[in-house]
Amino acid sequence: MLSNVLSWIIFLPIIGAVLVLLTPRWKNQTNIIRWTSVVFTGLQLLLAVYIFMKFDRNTATMQMVEQAKWIPSYNIEYFVGIDGLSVSMVLLTALLSFICIFASFGIEKAVKAYFALFLLLDAGMMGVFCALDFFLFYVFWEVMLLPMYFLIGVWGGPRREYAAIKFFLYTLFGSVLMLVAMLVFYFNVKDPVTGGHTFNMLHMMDQTLHQGLLSQFNVRLLVFAALYIGFAIKIPAFPFHTWLPDAHVEAPTPISVILAGVLLKMGIYGLLRISYPVLPDAMMYKPFAYGFVIIAVINIVYGALCAMAQKDLKKMVAYSSIGHMGVVMLGMVGLTPLGMNGAVMQMFNHGTVSAMLFLLVGVIYDRAHHRDVDGFGGLAQRMPIYTGIVTVAFFANLGLPGLSSFISEAFSFLGAFSSTEFDLKVYTIIGTLGIVLVAGYMLWTLQRVFLGELNAKYAGLPEINRRELFTLVPLAVITIFLGIYPAPLLNLLEVTLNNLIVVMKEAPSMWGMR
Amino acid sequence: MDSTAVASSLKANISSLNYFVPELILIGLMLVLMLVDIMIQREKTPWLGMIALGGSVVALIAVFAQSALPPMGLFNNMMAVDPFSWFFKILFLGSMVMVVFLSMSSLELAGRNVGEYFILITATTLGMFWMASATNLLTIFIAIETVSITSFALASYLKSVKRSSEAGLKYTIYGVFSSGLMLYGMSLLYGLTGSLNIFEIAKTLTNSPPNPLTLFVSVLLILAGFGYKIASVPFHFWAPDVYEGAPTPVTAFFSVGPKAAGFALLIRFFNTALATTEDGNIWYTVANVNWPQLLAVVSAATMTLGNLVAIKQNNIKRLLAYSSIAHAGYALMGIVLLTREGIYATLFYLVAYYLMNLGAFLVVIICQDIIKSERLEDYRGLGFRAPVVAAAMTIFLFSLTGLPVTVGFVGKFYLLAALVRGGEQYIWLAVVAVLNTVVSLFYYARIIKAMYLETTEDMVLTRLPISFAALVLLAVLAVPTVLLGAFWGPLFDLATASVKFFSGS
Repeated sequence: MLSNVLSWIIFLPIIGAVLVLLTPRWKNQTNIIRWTSVVFTGLQLLLAVYIFMKFDRNTATMQMVEQAKWIPSYNIEYFVGIDGLSVSMVLLTALLSFICIFASFGIEKAVKAYFALFLLLDAGMMGVFCALDFFLFYVFWEVMLLPMYFLIGVWGGPRREYAAIKFFLYTLFGSVLMLVAMLVFYFNVKDPVTGGHTFNMLHMMDQTLHQGLLSQFNVRLLVFAALYIGFAIKIPAFPFHTWLPDAHVEAPTPISVILAGVLLKMGIYGLLRISYPVLPDAMMYKPFAYGFVIIAVINIVYGALCAMAQKDLKKMVAYSSIGHMGVVMLGMVGLTPLGMNGAVMQMFNHGTVSAMLFLLVGVIYDRAHHRDVDGFGGLAQRMPIYTGIVTVAFFANLGLPGLSSFISEAFSFLGAFSSTEFDLKVYTIIGTLGIVLVAGYMLWTLQRVFLGELNAKYAGLPEINRRELFTLVPLAVITIFLGIYPAPLLNLLEVTLNNLIVVMKEAPSMWGMR
Repeated sequence: MDSTAVASSLKANISSLNYFVPELILIGLMLVLMLVDIMIQREKTPWLGMIALGGSVVALIAVFAQSALPPMGLFNNMMAVDPFSWFFKILFLGSMVMVVFLSMSSLELAGRNVGEYFILITATTLGMFWMASATNLLTIFIAIETVSITSFALASYLKSVKRSSEAGLKYTIYGVFSSGLMLYGMSLLYGLTGSLNIFEIAKTLTNSPPNPLTLFVSVLLILAGFGYKIASVPFHFWAPDVYEGAPTPVTAFFSVGPKAAGFALLIRFFNTALATTEDGNIWYTVANVNWPQLLAVVSAATMTLGNLVAIKQNNIKRLLAYSSIAHAGYALMGIVLLTREGIYATLFYLVAYYLMNLGAFLVVIICQDIIKSERLEDYRGLGFRAPVVAAAMTIFLFSLTGLPVTVGFVGKFYLLAALVRGGEQYIWLAVVAVLNTVVSLFYYARIIKAMYLETTEDMVLTRLPISFAALVLLAVLAVPTVLLGAFWGPLFDLATASVKFFSGS
């Protein structure tokens, strides 16, 4: 079993989904479904931990590779493998899926369909992070859309129909452009063995195999732009971000967690996995690089300003995600080891912190049935434990030293500031100011909701329960642990990302840009 | 003509009959149906459907028996038997089998005299066979008319229903008009080349190219006839009304059968009469007529118009009518390239389209039965009232959109791949197609939204009874739609092997 651990980690949830669908209509059907899902995501988490232990941190080559013919006549392969970049995301996905299954115990409507779709989504996400064949990557990428559409659309809030279709259309728009880009790669990258065409990402990364259209610089720029739009919608980068507040607010809590925790990371992952190594010269083309940075800074400042203006707690958290993804983009553009590692660490940390935030908003919403920031007050007196965890999450979100986000954000900013490729100092300074805004609105919210006099309406609010604690505590522990000792995460990434930077810096000279 | 020539021509005709067995079986089936219809009592009409089914299965076996035949001409090159027509014949018989099944369970046709109905279906299938194999302007015309005239009758089969009669009338008027245009184009082509045989035409056009403008006009006019059959812009106007008015099984049949036949004819005509090839991989246009560019524009216009108009539709049959116009646009993309990749992509797409579109119409037929409506708003809550039907519909609709893991995605993938392979020239068409995909998602998702998302508290969500036969039919179409989306290797090989035309002599 452990020899093809990646296949197991991808397809376990599908087995789970089939079992869930086959659950007979007994009296305790709902519980059987819930615990089946727990078992399968739990096994998946165990496998992820196994991968984490076995993963060789000293090499940038792909590990635990599995390769098999899928459609031989078109050279499409089932090809999966992981490096430092993917392994962190695999870990995050497994962790959040497991936690979200528990957070989904409150779902009452069409339980069977919900858990089956959730497990399908889980498989799709895992597949995206493991796929090394572009066709396979695309299939997994699209497979996620369908469950997500239903999970938002059927189990979501009042405006769920609008939010679901908006999410679907935006993402599909991005992915069809990616499809065209993928085909351009396929026909213009030579398979080194057969001389034919290839979907193999590792071959695509080898610049010497590029030919035909891909040897024209302007075509490369166009293809990069098409890919960028596809990924930017997922990130979401300004101005493609408008689906996110709607989707996040309308989605049920566990789905918001998955959206913020995992799906947003896919855009960045795609850029780092495909755009960066396959078209490094386009990424380092000055107008593109600076455009990228400007978008990153807009994301940070605009996200923070929007978050500050929100009355709805969930919307505030959603906009704060936009800002944090801006930090990630800023960190990765400078091509410094510090910035690159910071950016990917920030992806992981934002995954855990935003998951906590959405879960916490869910807790209060389940009790008060609204999320209006001004509608509470003094909850700390009534719910001390809850307030304690909220404080950890809020402080982590604003980047307090000692909590995980501080390190990754500091790395990202320092990395961008010290970039030798591009002059990003001004942008970094503006971006850092954006973080002050984050601190502003987080603290202000903390004050309005938890401090001050207790709102009499909520005098009878029950404290956070054990199931909810069970979903939150692991995340809080990780946040604190990685804030004090980030080495386990950093070690995982370092070699892979540093290698990526070397590859990136070599490539433009190949294409005669300097 | 002296007597030996007559004798050898006669001999050739008679020996051609050996390769004409599937068509003869269909003709026999029509006669049997006619006789049985007269002999049996009214209440035993289900037998007619069983006979039609049996006959088409026998014809299918006969077609399979021809699988190993090399390309050759029949009846002095009036028709051809080749892998290309073989592929389409299987597709046509597949459509016939499905539509007979659908008709047997359709409420619209219940209680009517279905004897003629099945005869007409068989005759249409026969005409489609000819459309796929015709290699002479005369046989092309006869084949198209055979399909058209029987289709007119089928569309208006519910003669007491006003919209069905209207459909028949519209279909007839448009059909006659476009046939007239096509005939005029053919006569011009005959005048330019002095031959009706498309191989002779190709030779003449290559050796002594005529006035390009006249030739272009004649191609344009011929395209009117083909465009009418595949419902491409600007010859699509009949489609929505006919699709809405005709009995739903007939609509399902029109949207896959005659449409695929139109594609068969179009591909064969353009690739043998107006283009030449040396190796069977790349074709070159003859006489400087840039028909690929023309088809590219038609393709882009067809898919864009179909998708944009479909957005506003509230009747499912009409919505699917516009969607099928859009799909004709997608399938045309493969033909503009003049490459083997393009043609097999179109063939693959037609099979995918057969599965998913028939599936969608099957759901419409089931819903006419269980909720007595074909309006979008009445589909609300279907996801909870008839979960299996709604789930199958979701699969078909996602496949029509072109999302993995469905056969529709693979079909679209190969079409786009062929375009991108063709270099910079047609990338614009690929971009138009993918943007259209996004537009199409919007209206397909409207159906899904109605089925799953638009439930209100006061809605009664009782389970609706579904017949076992309906479930089996759903599975027959839905399972391959998904399975071929994951493992399409065999179908792909079949499609690639079928790009082999009889090339005269």
